[in-house]
Amino acid sequence: MRVFAFWSLVTAILVYMTLPTIVVLMTSVNPTEILAFPPEGISFQWYQKAVTYPDFQTAFWNGIVVTSFASTLALIVGSTFAWLVNRYEFAGRGVLEAVLWSPLIIPHFTLGFGFLLLGGAFRLQQGYVMVVLAHMVLVMPFVTRAVYVSLANVDGDLSRAAANLGASPFHVLTRIELPLVLPGMAGGWLIAAVISFTEFTASLYVTGSRTQTLPVAMYNYIREYADPTVSAISAMLIIATTLLMFIADRAFGLRRVLAIDTH
Amino acid sequence: MNPSNPADPAVEIVRVRKDYGSAVGVADVSLTVGRGEFVTLLGPSGCGKSTLLGMIAGFVDPTAGKIIVDGADVTQVEPYRRDIGMVFQSYALFPHMNVYDNVAFGLRMRKLSKAEIDAEVRRVIEMMKLGGMEERRVRQLSGGQQQRVALARAIVIRPKVLLLDEPLSALDKNLRAQMQVELSDLHRKTGLTTIFVTHDQGEALSLSDRIVVMNRGEVQQVAPPIELYRTPANGFVASFIGEINALPAGRYEISGGEAALVLPGIGRLTAPARPEWRFGHGTEVRAFLRPEHVQPAGTQAGDAQAGEGANRISGVVAAHVYQGSHTITRVTVEGIGLVETRVTGAEIMAEAPVGAPITLTIDLGQAVLLGEG
Repeated sequence: MRVFAFWSLVTAILVYMTLPTIVVLMTSVNPTEILAFPPEGISFQWYQKAVTYPDFQTAFWNGIVVTSFASTLALIVGSTFAWLVNRYEFAGRGVLEAVLWSPLIIPHFTLGFGFLLLGGAFRLQQGYVMVVLAHMVLVMPFVTRAVYVSLANVDGDLSRAAANLGASPFHVLTRIELPLVLPGMAGGWLIAAVISFTEFTASLYVTGSRTQTLPVAMYNYIREYADPTVSAISAMLIIATTLLMFIADRAFGLRRVLAIDTH
Repeated sequence: MNPSNPADPAVEIVRVRKDYGSAVGVADVSLTVGRGEFVTLLGPSGCGKSTLLGMIAGFVDPTAGKIIVDGADVTQVEPYRRDIGMVFQSYALFPHMNVYDNVAFGLRMRKLSKAEIDAEVRRVIEMMKLGGMEERRVRQLSGGQQQRVALARAIVIRPKVLLLDEPLSALDKNLRAQMQVELSDLHRKTGLTTIFVTHDQGEALSLSDRIVVMNRGEVQQVAPPIELYRTPANGFVASFIGEINALPAGRYEISGGEAALVLPGIGRLTAPARPEWRFGHGTEVRAFLRPEHVQPAGTQAGDAQAGEGANRISGVVAAHVYQGSHTITRVTVEGIGLVETRVTGAEIMAEAPVGAPITLTIDLGQAVLLGEG
């Protein structure tokens, strides 16, 4: 009886968590032009429409550009910071840390709005630069965390052993420390890229029609039309992200990189 | 060679001190290690032995003092310019490199030619019995193999000194015994000046030319193993090296060639005076006795060593620890506490079961006597 209750609960949680996704996936193959559930048959016409729709094509490439720059810049800044925190005690370290974590606490709505106001002041309205800067801030905590954890996992004895064998500080960094944190950096970059690519709330404020990213384009589409094209795009995004994460976990041990503890 | 001041020093530690805030890590230690010597820093954890080793390697900056290697003051020299090999307690093998690359690392940092590196690496890999494992990842190696890679990596650079930081502590007991023998062989073959850190007195006694016993940041005694065991300089060394019974303080009496130790409430122990016992008549001394120099009375060994009827104390058997070739028997003696005897064979367990009264003879002539203060 107890076993039955346990598995019922587990099933309920699983269904509750995955149901919205499953509904979206199912409507994406609906043959008619309505977002009906359950679907009335199987058709891939909406997938074809999704990949050929010009707004989505532009938004996809916008997203790729923004994501590449934002994640890479965040990786450079975040890694440097993680390295500094790992290596040195300095005044204001706590404040710096708090500022870097703040995007986890401050609503994306607020950040997006803030960047919009700033953009006006600096004449950067809804251009690529502003979108990239906003996304960079949003993904910074994730990159920093990933690099910080993998740095903490590098045994200090390894650096000392290398120095003992004649490696200068530069060689200790390039031959020992960097190769050992590289998986963490790659994993952090990937998480940042996925978050940036699918971010909506802040993007809604900082993008314009020329620079809109895919989620914003999807939102604009669904305000006008109610056909399953958006479901099809969602399905492709989910599948692509899942594949990417799966490969990344195999290649870099993503779970270890993102773990809260350092082991 | 004068053991306390070698003629050809490889390492000279001159009044080295390390303070951690108000706490003292190492307190004004001076030590000279001769070329080719195997010296062990021995002491309980926190005694400063690892800090001292860290200062020789250059990972810890001394608060004061000088470290001289091969005649050159290296106190301010960066670790990577010191040419000192080190084996870490954790081995610290580079996990992203295979065995060959780990061993070759130091030579590559020295910018040797590919051919030279290859020849040296192969030679040392052969010497450490690691042939055929060159391509293995270090994670795939057993503890003993990792240990050998760590050693190979440290000696391939032909260091001026080899530092070993508790390298055997991570191994199981059998492997540890085997690695002790290998370390000894390696030292003989390479002739490398070696400084070994351990808290295991057994390792220290079996491996070292000289042992430096440390406690609370200070050197307690520097001596070859046999001397350390037989004539410890103080109570700490006496109790740290091997098993020993510490008797309570007593009064030393000397008349003619006969010395006596009067233990109030326990009795009077006598022995022919030994030349190193330079205590005045009536001064307070403490006696330390190895378990083999305390024997049950009535046995051949006991009566032979103490003389019939003399040097006896009585107590009650508290426990037997059977060890195969011998038995350790712990006896509760009023006024002393637990006294340990080491008796050949197993018969004592039947003759004097736990709880039975027992008389022990004490061979004061073998005791270490230390004056108070």
